[in-house]
Amino acid sequence: MELLEQIKARIESSVPGAKTDIVPNGTPSQQHSLLIDNAHALAVAHFLRDDPTLRLDFCSNVTGVDWLDRVVKKTIKIKTVVDGFEKEVDQTTEEKIPGYLEAVYHLYSMAHKHGPVIIRMRTEGRAKCAPLPSLTPVWRSAEFQEREIFDLYGIRFDGHPDLRRILMWDEFEDYPMRKDYVQPDDFEWEPTPHDEVLARAKQHYTARPELDGAEKITSHSDVATPDK
Amino acid sequence: MSEIDEKLRTELQRQGIWVTSMQELYNWGRKNSIWPLQFGLACCAIEMIATAASRYDIARFGGEVFRPSPRQADLMIVAGTVTKKMAPQIVRLYNQMADPKYVIAMGACAISGGPFKQGYNVLKGIDRYIPVDVYIPGCPPRPEALLHAFMELQRKIDGQKLTGTDKAEFLKPEQLSEFPVPKFGEHDLEPPANRDVFQPPKLERV
Repeated sequence: MELLEQIKARIESSVPGAKTDIVPNGTPSQQHSLLIDNAHALAVAHFLRDDPTLRLDFCSNVTGVDWLDRVVKKTIKIKTVVDGFEKEVDQTTEEKIPGYLEAVYHLYSMAHKHGPVIIRMRTEGRAKCAPLPSLTPVWRSAEFQEREIFDLYGIRFDGHPDLRRILMWDEFEDYPMRKDYVQPDDFEWEPTPHDEVLARAKQHYTARPELDGAEKITSHSDVATPDK
Repeated sequence: MSEIDEKLRTELQRQGIWVTSMQELYNWGRKNSIWPLQFGLACCAIEMIATAASRYDIARFGGEVFRPSPRQADLMIVAGTVTKKMAPQIVRLYNQMADPKYVIAMGACAISGGPFKQGYNVLKGIDRYIPVDVYIPGCPPRPEALLHAFMELQRKIDGQKLTGTDKAEFLKPEQLSEFPVPKFGEHDLEPPANRDVFQPPKLERV
């Protein structure tokens, strides 16, 4: 199969106006992916499916990713002249990246037995029902998985034939896979709590101030140190 | 029932006279023909099917007639994970069953939410909405455990009284046999638990 750089160049020459970026993957898998722009996503998807050398006719998986607002710190060493001597000084720059939601598609070719080619689309911001173009018209297998992303992440796929919740009930308002999702507090009790579960469980314990450590310790120290 | 002296009864039996009471006969019949409701929710249902099949053979205890209608069933085996989306249907099925009716909560999920207890989409135990007679721990419980629960239930039925102040709950007209079906809310089921049925154990701060 072609390299991702070659695919990127061919997309940009074949689909007029399309902008793509390579999102590098630093892990040992080295599965880099292509970030495609939302306006031309459908045309790019058609190209990837119908191009005779690519023939990516099988969309095996669609998933969502939630990225919160983050600050990326970069430290660069800069040579400056201090008191006539050349010195290396660290310069830290902060880059604020606003949050967004992402849909990731894994594409394979049944005809040519190659793949995967991974494409991504990003929303503008993390608003409720942030829009993305649906790729279900290109790959039917994306239908249920786009519904699942709509259900759990709240991305609205424009052009989807039947966009409703698939796992949660229709009356449900939240998007549980988002990182800022707050679970309903139907916790009540837990036989063996630990870590954050313990912190949650403690809110439901009956308060017993007379057994809270502080008073006990002071009264004990009074007994332990008798008047001289 | 006025208690018969056991010695007298065995003596009479030796003479070919069998003495019994209405309650004993009635409970004997009920406990040996418990018809479960035929439905499964998750992997525990596979164990329930194994219990019904020839190797474990729940028919030995009179429970082989799995009914596909709640109107004909005596026992609801909640076999598996009860998601919040499924919970109203479970309660509705329970409401549709005729008295006397019994519930076995089978497996970790059905009794407490199990490995999914910390999640947002699984009910933390079916006992939040309907009363449970026998709890079986396990993930999933083996067929022997289900048979044990079945025998415990038979023991319970055997001990139920037909008359008197301590008669069985289902014979008391004021006793509820239907429970409110939870509604799908915007964030959770409403209410998250039926307080008439379920009170969480109080934990003391340590």
